Amino acid sequence: MAPMPYYVSPEQMMKDRADYARKGIARGKSIVSVECQPGILIVAENPSETLHKISEIYDRIAFAAVGKYNEFENFRIAGVRLADLRGYSYSREDVTAKSVANAYAQALGGIFTQEIKPFEIEILVAQVGDTPDNDEMYRVLYDGSLQDEQGVVAMGGHAEALMQSMQSGYQPGLDLGAALRLGGEALAAADPERPLRAQVLEVALLDRARPRRAFRRLSDAEVEELLQGGS
Amino acid sequence: MSPGPFDLPPDWARAAFSPDPNPSFSDLVRRLDPGMLPASEGSTPLAIPHGTTILALRFADGIVMAGDRRATEGFSIADRRMEKVFPADDFSAVAIAGAAGPAVDIVRLLQVELEHYEKLEGDRLSLEGKANRLAQMIKQNFPLAMQGLVVVPLFGGYDLRRAEGRIFRYDAVGGRYEDIDFHATGSGGVHAKASLKKSYRPDLGQADAVRAAIEALVDASDEDAATGGPDLERNIFPIVALVTTLGYSVVPDSELRPVVEAILSQRGRN
Repeated sequence: MAPMPYYVSPEQMMKDRADYARKGIARGKSIVSVECQPGILIVAENPSETLHKISEIYDRIAFAAVGKYNEFENFRIAGVRLADLRGYSYSREDVTAKSVANAYAQALGGIFTQEIKPFEIEILVAQVGDTPDNDEMYRVLYDGSLQDEQGVVAMGGHAEALMQSMQSGYQPGLDLGAALRLGGEALAAADPERPLRAQVLEVALLDRARPRRAFRRLSDAEVEELLQGGS
Repeated sequence: MSPGPFDLPPDWARAAFSPDPNPSFSDLVRRLDPGMLPASEGSTPLAIPHGTTILALRFADGIVMAGDRRATEGFSIADRRMEKVFPADDFSAVAIAGAAGPAVDIVRLLQVELEHYEKLEGDRLSLEGKANRLAQMIKQNFPLAMQGLVVVPLFGGYDLRRAEGRIFRYDAVGGRYEDIDFHATGSGGVHAKASLKKSYRPDLGQADAVRAAIEALVDASDEDAATGGPDLERNIFPIVALVTTLGYSVVPDSELRPVVEAILSQRGRN
């Protein structure tokens, strides 16, 4: 066995890993999520039409992630598999955002402590309820810590500035247009180099009113109209 | 994490996070716990419910798929309100005849299979791809079919790429055949098909296609003891589903009633 070349304290090792993951996430683009009257609206900076950052997991559950695409894509697939397995073996009602978020937290926590390189990703798992009071949003951090969020969430680059500007403009019961403008304007303000245009936004809604599968993507035209003041 | 009542076995989590690119749900289940799949063998039960007559036909805007409501166990009526027509996904429908238990299981697996693929790949399977997937599932059921538990579904939908409705039928070993115009199967299938043969025209509109479907089921129930006719007193009507560019929908009983009444009164039985 080769001799250990030097000693690193566990505290230092964890801190280095956390710094590494945080820096990787902060360099990337951002995602914001808003609980509103029609459901849960998720807005991502994403110029790609095909490589999605927001996706459907199950009937009432959506996934959104920031950071490295190859790392979070694996988590998205795992979420769909776990949800479909659970729904098939028990019943559709037994699939919850909490169980998916828990599985993510376990997996990310394991990677953070055991792998050489931590994953540079953060994940949002959202579940729309019958009423806004029953909406749930869970944020899973790079080290596997799990946070229960209310109202608005911001992740990725400039997350703190985003969070501040969103919280100052947020109130419960926003309509779709107001929620999109709140999120879109926060994203635009956080990075003045990226103008607010429908083409650079990926927008999806967990639509409370839809009967079974609540997840719906908003087209560029729909987003543009809402940004111009539609509701 | 405290394990709740519905926490998953650890090998499920391992399989979920594995980098396996296969988008098939049934393959995933087969790897993890084949017992969750529709039964593929077992001893022949004495009597289990059997579904009877189902049919499908194409019309100008898509397809109509319909089934009577009766399930039989030998010479007894097991169920008067059984549903035999289901959405497979937004743009396809599946109807079942034969052994009800295995058939319903296969439909449930097919529904998850199609949705699973759509979510993982971000795109729907082609209609032909869906039809082939169902054929493979029926093939898995072959050992049961040998013991008499035959499952014979009809599958159909709106092919968004070709912009037309298409119908597929199957045999007990998973053989898949595309039907150009219409098909009926199950115990009363012969009579329903003969009826459709008389009323079918390639340019049928939606209302005429629905009427032709109901008329065929009435004809089947006249000739076949295992097929249940519409029952106006008990409010039992066939399930009639449409798949068009607008997706899957079921014709409500309130719209079926006048059609059924017209058919029955024309035949002097009302």
